[in-house]
Amino acid sequence: MPETAPVTEPYRDPRQQHDAAMMGMYIFLSSEIMLFGGLFAAAAAMRLAHAAEVVQASQALHFGIGGLNTAVLLTSSLFVALAIEAGKGGKAATAAGWLAGAAVLGLCFLAIKTYEYHAEFAEGLLPVPGVQSRYATSIQHLFMNLYLAATALHALHLTIGIVLLLVLALQTARRAIPLPQRSIILITAGLYWHLVDVVWVFLYPVFYLAR
Amino acid sequence: MTSNMEQRPDPANLDDRGLSETETERVSYLRAGHSLKSWLLTTDHKRIAILYVLSITFFFFIGAMAAALIRLDLLTPAGDLLTNEGYNRAFTLHGVVMVWFFLIPSIPNTFGNFLIPLMIGAKDLAFPKLNLLSWYIYVIAGLFTVFVLIAGGVDTGWTFYTPLSTMYANGNVILAASAVFIVGFSSILTGLNFIVTVHKLRCPGMTWNRLPLFVWSIYATSIILVLATPVLSITLVLISLERLFGLGIFNPALGGDPLLYQHLFWFYSHPAVYIMVLPALGVVSELVAAGARKPIFGYQFVAGSSIAIAALGFFVWGHHMFVSGQSTYASAVFSFLSIAVAIPSGIKVYNWTATLFKGHISLDPPFLFAMAFIGLFVFGGLTGLMLAMLAIDVHVHDTYFVIAHFHYIMVGGTISAFFGALHYWWPKIVGRMYSLAWGRLTAIFFFLGFNLTFFPQFLLGYLGMPRRYHVYPPEFQVLNVISTGGAAVLGIAYIMPFVYLTYSMRYGQPAGNDPWGATGLEWTTPSPPPKHNFETIPVVDRPPYDYEIEMGDDDA
Repeated sequence: MPETAPVTEPYRDPRQQHDAAMMGMYIFLSSEIMLFGGLFAAAAAMRLAHAAEVVQASQALHFGIGGLNTAVLLTSSLFVALAIEAGKGGKAATAAGWLAGAAVLGLCFLAIKTYEYHAEFAEGLLPVPGVQSRYATSIQHLFMNLYLAATALHALHLTIGIVLLLVLALQTARRAIPLPQRSIILITAGLYWHLVDVVWVFLYPVFYLAR
Repeated sequence: MTSNMEQRPDPANLDDRGLSETETERVSYLRAGHSLKSWLLTTDHKRIAILYVLSITFFFFIGAMAAALIRLDLLTPAGDLLTNEGYNRAFTLHGVVMVWFFLIPSIPNTFGNFLIPLMIGAKDLAFPKLNLLSWYIYVIAGLFTVFVLIAGGVDTGWTFYTPLSTMYANGNVILAASAVFIVGFSSILTGLNFIVTVHKLRCPGMTWNRLPLFVWSIYATSIILVLATPVLSITLVLISLERLFGLGIFNPALGGDPLLYQHLFWFYSHPAVYIMVLPALGVVSELVAAGARKPIFGYQFVAGSSIAIAALGFFVWGHHMFVSGQSTYASAVFSFLSIAVAIPSGIKVYNWTATLFKGHISLDPPFLFAMAFIGLFVFGGLTGLMLAMLAIDVHVHDTYFVIAHFHYIMVGGTISAFFGALHYWWPKIVGRMYSLAWGRLTAIFFFLGFNLTFFPQFLLGYLGMPRRYHVYPPEFQVLNVISTGGAAVLGIAYIMPFVYLTYSMRYGQPAGNDPWGATGLEWTTPSPPPKHNFETIPVVDRPPYDYEIEMGDDDA
């Protein structure tokens, strides 16, 4: 932590402020994990109660598209990590570039996800109004409901992340964030982004690979 | 009372009995800006604490009015005051508002906000803007809830059990769930702020072994706030989706499980009880040490028992579901773990008692409230042990016995500690002493009124009166009338402090830094404290509760 970093109100020194920001973000992420934890608990209850039907329902999902999306998100996490390294080195333009790249990959994920939802809509699997639903079992209906709720909540988090990264990319490019002194802003935003990725890494096997 | 006579009002104003400002008050946080904006946009933890005091008081009286309607309706065996629907809505309003908009934020968001930075020698909480945001989220969600519950009404009770809430209930279940969902973020942000503050902003020398016990208990509470609240959030999302789109996860027709709802709900809502009572336990530890003027007995055990209660609290939720049809083996484990909570709770009560032994006790209002707390907590706790036993629970489940039990812990415990804290730190908050005689009277009224209201409900429950009914057999009337009479006494106890505390703000004696002769950093700074709490960053070089021991010669 460079000694020139600005210190705001309750803090005595930059080190303390940096540590507090890191800790605050980690605690926030722990509460996010508990939020998604409720969904995973519901998915686990469904799987335990109806193992065979859940496996059957999982086979209807496009696991290739999901796999592609997993790759897209993991690459975006790499970009965010590179942006943070650039930020710590004081290279604002490079950092802004990697952040914007990660945000674009986030948008790619949403686009691919939308295509996937559309395919499921066409197959009568998406539990939304106006669909001629073709469920083999009521468990498949429940499975698709939970799938939609979980992936939509994830997409919401991802959208927040994309907006966050775009704003930070813009501010970094304009030198509105002094780097490397305030690289903590990029680091905490990056932590959030990684968590959203990690949530997907767990959602993917729970829904797509339960076959 | 040791030193409230030391500091007089400004000599120039000696004749002016009201309104005179002391030097200290002129430079205090209270006078650092007089505009409405300086309050509504403040990031000063002390001012935000006062915003919380005002807003939780408002919501308390909304919830209390619903309680008054319930008690009045129960005066007679027939349901003649409210309709069936109206009665259901009244107890839902009472429960939702009291749980999420009074009890959960009551002590942490007011005294926690005010005292934590003062107690650990910090200028503010770690994230002052987040603190203000948390208040706005709280107020907006609260007003929204009150609007929803009065305009449309919800009749599910505060527990939103499925399938009632998802399939059968009329009323604004989704909107009410949304409001509770929103206020959850206020809890999470507050808990997060406290944890980081305690970890990162302690002044030099304030080691973990020197933290005041109130800080330990708020720390334990914050862990629950951060880890349990999001589970409630996702559960409320799931019931809203269930009601809106037929999600099915709680619906057996689709292969879902209604019991899953109860598991998720109580995974939050049982720890939530400890969110309410842990801060109260912390307050009482402070009041007992100050009241006895002795170091607290077994400091490490009292601090550790707060963490133990928080940790155990995550593994006892199933005791709400003994008759719901969960596995008997699960019930047995939950029963055992619930009983185990008595160990850390007992450690606290015994250590307080040992602290009082040969103490120099004066019967000041904070001390009386602490004693009221111990009485109510022991009573509520022991009946909690009864309820944790499988066989007894089957007998009294969903009766007034349960109602009485959780009111003793959640309401009796939290409010006696809240009032104790208010009477103890009031001189610090406003810089003036209030009438001690009136304070003592309030403590007595509160204790009598509370027991008169809720003790008959133990008897009613044991005799078999179920909760959530407003029509009951005539033989229950006497006890119900006593209970309603007690509620009236309790109401008086709630209103009395308004009068003498408000009066003290203008006409009270200036309190001086340390009117109770207590230890702790908050008593080393002026009352009311300056905007940045301390003139210089304090350094701690002694253990907590470092009272001079003045015991008899035979004992040391």
